[in-house]
Amino acid sequence: MKKLKMVSWLASGLLLLFSANSAMAQDCEDLILGSAISLTGKYATNGVHAMNGYEFAIQKIKEAGGVKIGDKCYNFSVIYYDDESKGDRGATLAERLINQDEVQYMLGPYSSGLTKAIAPVTEKYQIPMVEAEGASRSLFNKGYRYLFAVLSTSEQYLASAITLAAEKSMESGSTPDAVKVAVAVENDPFSLDIRAGVLEDAAKYDMKVVIDEQLPRDLSDMSAILTKVKLVKPDVLVVSGHSKGAATAVRQIEEQNVKVPMIAITHCEAADVVGNFGAAANDILCSTQWAETLTYDDEIFGTAAEYELEFKAAYPEYADRKVPYQTAQASAAVYVFKDAFERAGTLDKEAVRDAIAETDLSTFYGQIKFSEAGNNIAKPMVLRQIQDGEYNVVAPSAFASHALNWPRN
Amino acid sequence: MDQILSNISLLLEFPIVNLKIVIDGIMIGALFALSAYGLALVWGVMNVKNLAQGDFVIAGGYIAWWLAKNGVHPLLGVPAAFIVMWGIGWGIYRLVICRVIERDLFTSLLATFGLAIIIAQILNLIFGSDTQSIALDYPTLYFADGFIDVPIAKLLGVLMATVLAAGVITFMKVGRMGQAIRATAQDARAARVLGINTDKVYSFTFSLNAAICGAAGAIVVMVWVIQPFYGITHSIRSFVIVTAAGLGNLPGVIAAGLGIGALEQYGAHIFGIGYQQAVAVLLLLLVLLIRVQQQKRVRKSLQ
Repeated sequence: MKKLKMVSWLASGLLLLFSANSAMAQDCEDLILGSAISLTGKYATNGVHAMNGYEFAIQKIKEAGGVKIGDKCYNFSVIYYDDESKGDRGATLAERLINQDEVQYMLGPYSSGLTKAIAPVTEKYQIPMVEAEGASRSLFNKGYRYLFAVLSTSEQYLASAITLAAEKSMESGSTPDAVKVAVAVENDPFSLDIRAGVLEDAAKYDMKVVIDEQLPRDLSDMSAILTKVKLVKPDVLVVSGHSKGAATAVRQIEEQNVKVPMIAITHCEAADVVGNFGAAANDILCSTQWAETLTYDDEIFGTAAEYELEFKAAYPEYADRKVPYQTAQASAAVYVFKDAFERAGTLDKEAVRDAIAETDLSTFYGQIKFSEAGNNIAKPMVLRQIQDGEYNVVAPSAFASHALNWPRN
Repeated sequence: MDQILSNISLLLEFPIVNLKIVIDGIMIGALFALSAYGLALVWGVMNVKNLAQGDFVIAGGYIAWWLAKNGVHPLLGVPAAFIVMWGIGWGIYRLVICRVIERDLFTSLLATFGLAIIIAQILNLIFGSDTQSIALDYPTLYFADGFIDVPIAKLLGVLMATVLAAGVITFMKVGRMGQAIRATAQDARAARVLGINTDKVYSFTFSLNAAICGAAGAIVVMVWVIQPFYGITHSIRSFVIVTAAGLGNLPGVIAAGLGIGALEQYGAHIFGIGYQQAVAVLLLLLVLLIRVQQQKRVRKSLQ
C-alpha cells in the first residue's frame, strides 16, 4: 500500500508541476482540493472512472481560463489518496488530508459506503465536500451541513419503472392495482434504498408485492428466486445487486426462460450485459444517472454528447465503450466547485459552503440544485431499455427518444 | 412467517419444483465439491488449512476468461487453467508453503491468509474489479413444461467436474504418487523412513490442489460470474464441506458438496434467498455438534 501511496503522491506531484507551468503562462495559482478515492480494492474500477472524471473537468476548466475569484485566477489541483475501498481507511485519509495537507475543500470518494465513512470527518472540520458517487438517501437524513451530492438519490433509481408499469397496465385496459411486483435486491444500503423507493411507489398505486427478497452479498446464484418468479408470475421484476447482480440476473433469466413483461435492473453498463450476454439482455430496463443522448448542455463541457466525445479523445481507453455516468457526475462535481468559488468571490470555506448551497446550475450532466439536506433535487433519473443491443432512453417521457418495448419477449 | 408458509405451500402445490431444486443444488454443489476436495487433500496430507483456496479458484477463472477473450474456445480454458495453476501452485509451495509446513497452525493460517489477499489484489490490478463471465452459445434444455431447465453449459461444467474428480480419485487409489500421498498423510515420518520423498509429495499435493481449483474456476466462470474478491465465497464453502464430510474422508467430501448444494437451494426457497448461506453454516454447526457427541462416546468407551 505504501507503494501505491507513493504513486499517487508522484501523480499529484506531477500534476502540481504541470499546473505550475501553466500558472506561469496564465498567472493562475493552484487551488488545492482533496479526495480519498478507491484506486485498489473492490471499487477500483469505478474509483478510477470517478478520478478520470475529476481530472478531465479540471483540465477543461483550465482550458476555459481557470476559476476566477475576485480579480485572481486559479486552477484546481487534487491531492488523491487510495482508500483501498475500505471505510475506515477512507475516514483516516480524510483526517490526513484535512490536518496534514491542510485541504479546505473535498471531492467525494466512490460509493455510498465510503461517503458515509468520510462525511462525519468533513462535517467535524467544517470542510465543504461535493460528492458525485454516493447515492444512498441515508446520507441525507443526518443533517450534514457540508455535504452536497450532484447525483439523484438511490431510491429514485428504479421507482420510475413502477410508474411505467402502471401506465402500461392502464393502456392495456387494466388498473394499476392489478400489477404484481417482484423485488430482489442485495442486502446493502444502496440496494435497500432502491427497494424502499420501489415499494413506496408500488404502495402509491396499490400494487401487490408478491416477491420481496434480499440477495446474499457473495453468491452469484439467484435461481431459487427465479423459480419462484415462474410460479407466481409477477408483471414487474426489479433486481439490484451492483455489477454481479446485473450479470447474474441477465444470465439466469435467460437460462431459466423466465418471462416477465417488464424487468428493471441497475448497473447494466458496469456489468456490460450487452457485450457479455448479447440478445439475452434485450428489452431489459436499466436505470442511469446520465446518458450522452440527453439534451443537457453548459458552456464548459458543451452538450452531453460533446462531453462523451471529448472525454474519449482525452482518455483513449474508453474508446470502445460508453463513458460511464460515474465519470460524468464526477466532472459535474468539479464544475459545481468552480461555479461556487466564482459566486462566493473568496476562498473563505464558509462563504464557499453557502455559495454551494445556493447552486442553481445547468450542466451537461443535468440541472444541479441542492435541497436543504444537500442532495440534488433538480435532475431526474433516466430509464433506458436495451433494444437490439442499444441503450435507448424510454422514461421519463419528457426525455424519451424511443418507445418502450412491452411486454418483454 | 407467512412468507415461509406460502413458500412451503408453493413447493407442495408444484411438486415438480422439488426436482428442479435438487437438480440446481447438485449442479452448484458439484463445483463447490471440487475445490473442497483439493482443500481436504492439502489439509489431510500437509495439515495446512489453505485460506487462499477460493482465490485459486478465482485465479483459474481469470486464466480461462483471458484465454476466451483472446479467441481460445472456453472449454479449452479448463485444462489450460489446470496446467497454469499447477505451475503457480508449485511456485507458491516453493516460495511460501514449504517454509510454514512444519510450523504450528497459526503460522500456516496467517501465511495462506496473506496469500489470499495478495492473489486477490494482483488479479484486481491485472484484470480490474469488474465482474466477468464467459457466455457459452449453448442452448438450454427444458423439461416438465419448462419448470426444469438444464443449461447445456452448466451440464458440461458438471460433467467436466465429474471427470476431473474421478480422475483424481483413481489417481489417488492406483497411481504410485497417489499411494505415496496417502502414505504421507497417514504418517509422514514413517513414510520418510520407508524412502518416500515427502517434500516432493507435499509440493505435488499442493500443486495438484491449485490445479484442481484452477479447473474449478474455469468452470465457474462459464456458469456464474467471477470478480477478484469473490474468492472468500469458495473458501468458506470448501471449509464447510470438508468439515461436514470429516477429515480424511475424500469421497465423503464429494457427497457432502452435492448434499449441501441441494440443502442450500431448499433453504433459499423456504426461508428466502438471503438465508441461503445461513443454511450451509447452520448445517456445519449441526455436524460439529454431532461429531463432538460421537467423539465423547468413543472416549468414554476407551476409558
